[in-house]
Amino acid sequence: MARLDLKDVSKSYGNVEVMRDINLSIGDGEFIVLVGPSGCGKSTLLRMIAGLEPITDGEFSIDGQRMNELRPRDRDIAMVFQSYALYPHMTVGRNMGFSKEIARAPKEERAREVAQAAQTLGLDRLIERYPRELSGGQRQRVAMGRAIIREPRAFLFDEPLSNLDASLRVEMRLEIARMHRKLNATMVYVTHDQVEALTLADRIVVLEAGRIQQVGSPLELYERPANKFVARFIGSPMMNVLPARPGAGGLRLPDGAVLDVAGDRSAGEAVEIGVRPEHIDVVAPEAGDMVVKAEMVEHLGSDTNIYVRTESERGIMVRAHGHLPVRPGAEMDLHFQRDKLHLFAADGTTIPRTGAP
Amino acid sequence: MSMIVRRSPLRTAGKYAAIGFYLIFALFPIYWLIKIALTPDALIYTEGTRMLPSALTFDNFAAVLQSDFLGYFTNSLIVSLGAAAGTTLIAAAAGYCFSRFRFAGKRAIIALLLVTQMFPLLMIIAPIYKIVAGLGLLNSLVSLIVVYTAFNIPFATFLMQSFFDGIPEDLEEAAMMDGCTRFQALRKVVFPLTLPGLGATLGFVFTAAWSELLFALMLISRNDSMTFPVGLLTFVSKFSVDWGQMMAAGTLALIPSCLFFIFIQRYLVQGLTSGAVKG
Ligand SMILES: Nc1ncnc2c1ncn2[C@@H]1O[C@H](COP(=O)(O)OP(=O)(O)OP(=O)(O)O)[C@@H](O)[C@H]1O
Ligand SMILES: [Mg+2]
Repeated sequence: MARLDLKDVSKSYGNVEVMRDINLSIGDGEFIVLVGPSGCGKSTLLRMIAGLEPITDGEFSIDGQRMNELRPRDRDIAMVFQSYALYPHMTVGRNMGFSKEIARAPKEERAREVAQAAQTLGLDRLIERYPRELSGGQRQRVAMGRAIIREPRAFLFDEPLSNLDASLRVEMRLEIARMHRKLNATMVYVTHDQVEALTLADRIVVLEAGRIQQVGSPLELYERPANKFVARFIGSPMMNVLPARPGAGGLRLPDGAVLDVAGDRSAGEAVEIGVRPEHIDVVAPEAGDMVVKAEMVEHLGSDTNIYVRTESERGIMVRAHGHLPVRPGAEMDLHFQRDKLHLFAADGTTIPRTGAP
Repeated sequence: MSMIVRRSPLRTAGKYAAIGFYLIFALFPIYWLIKIALTPDALIYTEGTRMLPSALTFDNFAAVLQSDFLGYFTNSLIVSLGAAAGTTLIAAAAGYCFSRFRFAGKRAIIALLLVTQMFPLLMIIAPIYKIVAGLGLLNSLVSLIVVYTAFNIPFATFLMQSFFDGIPEDLEEAAMMDGCTRFQALRKVVFPLTLPGLGATLGFVFTAAWSELLFALMLISRNDSMTFPVGLLTFVSKFSVDWGQMMAAGTLALIPSCLFFIFIQRYLVQGLTSGAVKG
């Protein structure tokens, strides 16, 4: 298996720089998930690792061996494409065994390995079919099978599940998790889906505009985001961010509420406060930090999402556990859990908390 | 509750009438060709406009087969196949480059290819004649193959490019990830999927070369290297036109084109790439 290292990697198309200062070490057997908004460079990064896109500057190495100049075939990495990219003129079996065919593996060995992979992926009865005769989920499995059979040093996935419907996604997500546990292989996985990222990843890499914003375990990113971008990108529904002004007794919110928290002054002045919807409690009248009016209520069964407006017409999302009988238009008192508040400086970086003022 | 939508019989009838009209329109000249070829000489003028001749004969075919016709036929076959193969090979390579690579001067080359399509052939016939004569290639089939190939390359290149554009790049990249070199990916994945494009290009150039008259007339004057369209003119003598034999020769000339298209039509079937990618 393999350790992947990216050192000061950057990428330009002509004179347009789309990635810069990418430094990332991926451990042997680690599952890394790349997330970020559309166009931030996730696919580009993956393709540079694969060798499909030249690296403009910096170095990419596998197990300490420089890869920049190597062709994709010499890197020994498998990739699962978002479009599946199955060869339409080959049967499922030949699709899966194609890498072995190129490597001139003996026919019997190839057939045995294909049969085995097909068995694992539940494709054994489809081996003679052509890709056009398969459903989306089956095609997805074939694409995975094709990657597994290669026994590569690392796997790359570019949004492999985004073309599937919701229930199939859950199923395939578990399949991928199982596959990772079984093969114990290094994997780099691109997704738009929060749940996929949080459930699959050993570590998540958050990208924005071609730069790494933060690298960390799902819990780390959730609990200690490095900046406002990461804070809002990870977690669903999105974190609420409210402007705040330091005042007597803590931070003053626009509607007059004063929260008794303080940040490390040496790290800058806090100008915004962030709180996740699940860290706001609906409390008895007069017991909260502010009074708001419910505008929209979504009953999800396990949770209730309440979209509220403050007196100054600011929108806040609140997530209450269980079923909360709130009607739109009702007034309610909110309490912000103090130990779960995040403070941001004017440039968006997180200011470490120092407890109460 | 049945929700089957019945098509109105009138619309169905209209559709078939339209198709029928089109077929008659397209096939009538061919029918006329065959009819005259089968009509005895004596009846050609007396029954000129009758749909069905009152007697049939194969004399015209027999006469044609005993003339130089077979030689013309062979010459045409050599020229057409040569031009089709040469053009398709070069156009496929060029089309692939246009479709997949970015390189300096690409737009200029494409523009140049387009410009060459704008001149009427008559304008360049004299210079071509001079070049071919200078090379000592007059009356040789090679000159025709080269000239036809040169003329058909621009269009064939665009045709092939559009076929390559229709093949997702993901497939090649997947093949390269599976251990192929770029050339292996081309041979094992792209090539099989381009067969319809190759078939279409071959067919297009073959028919164009098969029926070309202008250059064949200019560059070939010796009887034993004449191609079929030029040979057809020998049925026109100073005093008369031998319609029956001419039409019989024309009918025979349809055969290779038909065979060729029957052979390639299975590669022309669309949808060969379906299933490669989602949707
Ligand atoms: N061939 C190219 N020429 C110029 N710019 C390109 C090219 N390919 C990609 N880019 C730019 O590089 C940036 C990163 O693209 P990339 O495809 O990696 O984004 P992504 O994060 O994968 O987005 P998505 O989530 O939509 O797939 C984008 O801004 C894109 O416009
Ligand atoms: Mg992408």
